[in-house]
Amino acid sequence: MSVLRAEGLGFGYPRFPVGRAVDLTLQAGEIMCLLGPNGCGKTTLFKTLLGLIPRQAGRVLVDDRDILSLDRRHIARVMAYVPQAHSTVFPYAVGDMVLMGRTAHRGTFSGPTREDRDRATAALAQLGIDDLSERDYTQISGGQRQLVLIARALAQDARLIVMDEPTASLDFGNQILVLNEVRKLASAGLGVVLSTHNPDHAFTYATSVHLLGDGTTQAAGRPIEVLTPGVLSRVYGAPIAVERLPSGYNVCVPTGLSATHET
Amino acid sequence: MAAGLLLLALLAITIGPYPVSVVQVVDALLDYAGGSAGETDAQLETVLFSVRIPRVLAALLVGAALAAAGTVYQGLFRNPLVSPDILGVSTGAGLGAAVGILMSMPVVVTQGFAFAGGLGTVALVYAVATAVRGHDPMLVLVLAGVVLGALAGACISLVKILADPYDQLPAITFWLLGSLAGTQPGDVWSVLPFVAIGLVPLVLLRWQMNLMTLGDEEATALGIDPRRLRVLLVAAATLMTASVVAISGVVGWVGLVMPHIARLVVGPNFDRLLPAAMIMGAGFLLIVDTIARAMAATETPLGILTAFVGAPVFLWLLATGRRSW
Repeated sequence: MSVLRAEGLGFGYPRFPVGRAVDLTLQAGEIMCLLGPNGCGKTTLFKTLLGLIPRQAGRVLVDDRDILSLDRRHIARVMAYVPQAHSTVFPYAVGDMVLMGRTAHRGTFSGPTREDRDRATAALAQLGIDDLSERDYTQISGGQRQLVLIARALAQDARLIVMDEPTASLDFGNQILVLNEVRKLASAGLGVVLSTHNPDHAFTYATSVHLLGDGTTQAAGRPIEVLTPGVLSRVYGAPIAVERLPSGYNVCVPTGLSATHET
Repeated sequence: MAAGLLLLALLAITIGPYPVSVVQVVDALLDYAGGSAGETDAQLETVLFSVRIPRVLAALLVGAALAAAGTVYQGLFRNPLVSPDILGVSTGAGLGAAVGILMSMPVVVTQGFAFAGGLGTVALVYAVATAVRGHDPMLVLVLAGVVLGALAGACISLVKILADPYDQLPAITFWLLGSLAGTQPGDVWSVLPFVAIGLVPLVLLRWQMNLMTLGDEEATALGIDPRRLRVLLVAAATLMTASVVAISGVVGWVGLVMPHIARLVVGPNFDRLLPAAMIMGAGFLLIVDTIARAMAATETPLGILTAFVGAPVFLWLLATGRRSW
């Protein structure tokens, strides 16, 4: 049984279609990377998958049931959403921000319990940012905010986490931290779908990749099989080669220009 | 904070042209509670139970309700510059009252008109916003509120022109600036149930209110239904505002600034923000109203004093407060 499945999904807005005919399936324990150039609709696709904006065609199934037939609390217990790092209007404490991830586990009229606070604290500790708990969310750095939003998704205890460019505002060390954490979550049985601008992430971390371009799927499957230099160069509109390093990592490099060497 | 408010209320009762000490007030209250009201001096009793205490209670109630409504509106609209008037509740109530005064209605009927005018305007704003589709729903709601508010404002001006300039016009103007001078002993009790009904969803949904400030998409992803909650919360905050405005007239500033001051002190979590804002709103309006009745021989409208007292306090907090928002 797939946790999340899209069939012939069209997404966008009534008079402004963004994408069409997207099929994807996500199982528990999988990491799917969504790649695609700027403006190809990665965020719009995510919001459609989560049912935050109405779909324009096709279907979205959660646990093989149409997402439209499920109430939001149910959906939130299956899927957590990590939006791109943003700021809030009001200066919530980081601890409170993470605590909001627990809402779907409580009744409509009840606030967080002791257990919820413990879960939130654990989520912060998991990402090594428990020292931020008392700080104002509005006053920490963009990278820290991203980690807080990920902690909130962890506290949500969902089976699937949808992450919109989780590494975009992170330094190199925190990118590795977050992606390693993603890998740990997947081996613990969670499904993760994340968008990124770095195809290397797909090679290193993803079990499957979905490459979006021109409003629809350009390639989907195992990263090393479908992310060929030809496809990448065409979709990103720049000459790209894929090289295998002696360490076993696959990386994308630009071609057709001379690298700057220290000779 | 609550104890401070009680002390403040006791002090406020002692202030006025007829001198009363705190001891006398407590004595009278204890006698009253003990069922032996007759032991208190008759004149003192009249001053306390017919004039001062109803007025102090009204100030507390109006301040608390306006601050609570302002807190909710600011959160829902994710904008710290929003006041309870944004959807036209005060202007609508003003129109209702102006019409009541123009028709020389008794005070109770005028209050009823104000209440209905406030609720009706917001209901109309919501209906218009729901009918307009294809735009950002919050933006449409705010715009509908501004437009219908302006329309109601124009209607108030029209009523003012039609009104008798020696009798009705001053009454309308005075009402639009807000005052508790005409508070009747029964006013608080007739308004209290509405305020209480409005407060129930606010208290029950105080945690969900936090999520509402993140915007619809994020709130939805976290497992709540922002559209349904918004209707309920707007209705509750509007009910509270419309009912207190009916007895106090339009009192600006409290609903805009008290939530800020409370947020500077206790932070934005509604769990603590809502009670803090209500206590501060109640205390603030009590102080302002006490000044209004004690400062000069004639009553000063609240709408003027709230700004005169509130602006320096707010600026001081802004300059010294460490929290951002």
